[in-house]
Amino acid sequence: MELNVNEASAKELLAYYQEKCDEEARQAKKEGRLVCWSAALAPTEFFEAMDIAVCYPETHSAGCGAKKCSMDLLEVADQKGYNIDICSYVRNNAGYLELLKQEALTGETPEKLANSKASRIPLPDMVFAVNNICNTILKWYENFAKELNIPFICIDMPFNHTMPMTRHTKEYIVGQFQAVIKQLEEICGRPFNYEKFYQAQCQCQRTVYQWNRVASFAQKKPSPLNGFDLFNYMAMVVVCRSKPYSEITLRRFADELEEKNKIGKYAFGDAENEQHRITWEGIAVWPYLGGTFKELKNEKTVMTGSAYPGMWDFEYIPGDMMSMAETYSKVYLNCCGPQRYEDFYKVVSNSKSDGILLHLNRSCKIMAFLNQEGAEYVNEKMGVPFVSFDGDQTDPRVFAQAQFDTRVQALCEMMDEE
Amino acid sequence: MSRTAAEIIKEFREIAAHPEKAIANHKRETGKGAVGIMPVYCPEEIVHASGYLPIGMWGAQKKTISKARTYLPPFACSIMQSVMELQLEGVYDELSAVIFSVPCDTLKCMSQKWHGKAPAIVFAHPQNRKNARKVADAYCREEYAIVKEKLEDILGVTITNSAIKESIAVYNENRAACRRFSDIVADYPGNICPSDRHAVLKSRWFMEKSKHTALLNELMAAIESEPKKKFTGKKVVVSGIMLEPYEVLDIFEENGLAIVADDLAQETRNFRQDVGNDEDALLALAKAWNDFDGCSLATDAAKPKGRILIDAVRKYDADAVIVCMMKFCDPEEFDYPILLQEFEEAGVRNLQIEIDQESTAFEQIKTRIQTFAEIL
Repeated sequence: MELNVNEASAKELLAYYQEKCDEEARQAKKEGRLVCWSAALAPTEFFEAMDIAVCYPETHSAGCGAKKCSMDLLEVADQKGYNIDICSYVRNNAGYLELLKQEALTGETPEKLANSKASRIPLPDMVFAVNNICNTILKWYENFAKELNIPFICIDMPFNHTMPMTRHTKEYIVGQFQAVIKQLEEICGRPFNYEKFYQAQCQCQRTVYQWNRVASFAQKKPSPLNGFDLFNYMAMVVVCRSKPYSEITLRRFADELEEKNKIGKYAFGDAENEQHRITWEGIAVWPYLGGTFKELKNEKTVMTGSAYPGMWDFEYIPGDMMSMAETYSKVYLNCCGPQRYEDFYKVVSNSKSDGILLHLNRSCKIMAFLNQEGAEYVNEKMGVPFVSFDGDQTDPRVFAQAQFDTRVQALCEMMDEE
Repeated sequence: MSRTAAEIIKEFREIAAHPEKAIANHKRETGKGAVGIMPVYCPEEIVHASGYLPIGMWGAQKKTISKARTYLPPFACSIMQSVMELQLEGVYDELSAVIFSVPCDTLKCMSQKWHGKAPAIVFAHPQNRKNARKVADAYCREEYAIVKEKLEDILGVTITNSAIKESIAVYNENRAACRRFSDIVADYPGNICPSDRHAVLKSRWFMEKSKHTALLNELMAAIESEPKKKFTGKKVVVSGIMLEPYEVLDIFEENGLAIVADDLAQETRNFRQDVGNDEDALLALAKAWNDFDGCSLATDAAKPKGRILIDAVRKYDADAVIVCMMKFCDPEEFDYPILLQEFEEAGVRNLQIEIDQESTAFEQIKTRIQTFAEIL
């Protein structure tokens, strides 16, 4: 499908370019070029510089959740011995990898893969593990590298237990940047393309600028931005922030929001439909994106704050490796409590939220285990109420719509009292 | 007159069950207190060099979790649930400091929600240990230097390079003694039951290491001087974070299973290898971490744990591996699918049991082990 980029809406651009990303990876594989599976918050500028196609299993798993096709894949992972307590992004992806592997080994497409609504991505030739979001990433790609006997490329971004970030931590990360460059040169059999790397860094900055521009509309009251759209458009800043089309899509979306704001059209239409504003802490419940959104809409509650999409605010100085190291490492989940809680407070206050909805995500220990402390910190500073609900990012068995609805209603009552 | 093995084991069991007495004794003898060591892989030698007693914080057996529920969701691993419960009860308030490593997401969070009175010192291990070895050594050394400086500040002591080197020597001697003990148990499966083996190795977390070595040497001499009892059961290698409560170990014994080698984070993973003798003691400790293999919490894409376990099965002529999976410990859970494949390829029989410190009912484990022992 071709698209008139100049006339297309942001929504059309999003759908088109998301598919294009996967298609590029499939095409790369067909042509014998290298494909990497990468962590979502990894600096894939290094791979862009070497023309290596990159797929993002976290985004892929989220897509499977949203398309409601994760159960088949979770079952395959279960049969492989993956414990049900492991992050469901990983299990979803491990199931998918197993099906791809079976297909490659037998030449026949397993039924579950043939019938899956999951977007087709090719088997990786290498993996890129960066733990600035969680250490689960390390185990995830360690397993895949072992299973497929492929290179394990890693940048360890240690937990910033002390802030500001220490110099020796930055030096350690920059040292690993150099190791990655060397490893890529060995794998590709050619020198690292520093010029292309610099271009990728610059493109990344332009994309991030547009991403932040989009997010800034949630600060307006009433908000023209429905925060759930951040979950949708996030794919652009995750999977192709070093490519021009992410910038094009996000700029279009920001322009549309600007226009909406100008003409007085907001997240739920008219201004009076925004009765409450909340911060959603945690990943979306992808299999129930519609259900969670609808309940909030029923309660005239607009999600204006979320720390999760803000993690891709990767502003750094192109050409300055120390700056790049610091930016990628300072993701709020990779920082000590005081820093993390303060970052969370900024999200809640900047988004002018009246309440906080905490996703007690069974898959994500790093997010879930300090939810309470973060919310208490914000509550003390701003007096905003908070509630939590049980859920999971991709495993549909953990979430109960009735519990979610009740908790949201309770939060709305508390916000009304405030 | 020399003591019997049973008498010495009784002493080890007493120490393993009463860390608070170990702290009181150390204080009485040296005038110095204790520093809590959260699992896992703290460079304890730095604490030892300060004259304070490093004391392991491995939760508690069969502890009812109630207060901890406010701070930890039920899907946090069972050991951290009991550590959280104990800290809220004030059990750790006697400690002069607590040291946290953060090799998993749960520990990262735990390090930020410490509710004890003692100041918490947090450090990170480097995880890119194989592809970026030089910078990983440098980073790790710097993290250990910070631990040392913070300890000096909190405890009001000076920890010299030579003192750490001496402590490394004390620890290496203890590691060698523990390895020898594990081998002796493998050789005397009829004499030393699984729970005794565990008590002896667990007590090293609560003893000044040269004392542990001395008591261990006495025990090993006693075992070797006693007649070797006939063993008609089966030999197993165990893997996991830890193997407790004692009731589970008793189920091993009841079903004729002897533990001839372990790959537990609480036991052998701490003494499988020695620390080198670099002039710079902190660098030696850093290098030891980066050399360390076979634990789910030390990243290595070669995933050598399976090979280590299969080698142990062959070396000790074991009949099977029992994977003791700590409930909700995702790093360990991640290793399992790979282990399964490797065991299958190598023809190693294996069983997985779930370890939950909180548990007071063991019927399920009993049935699983009983059935497995019968198959063996």
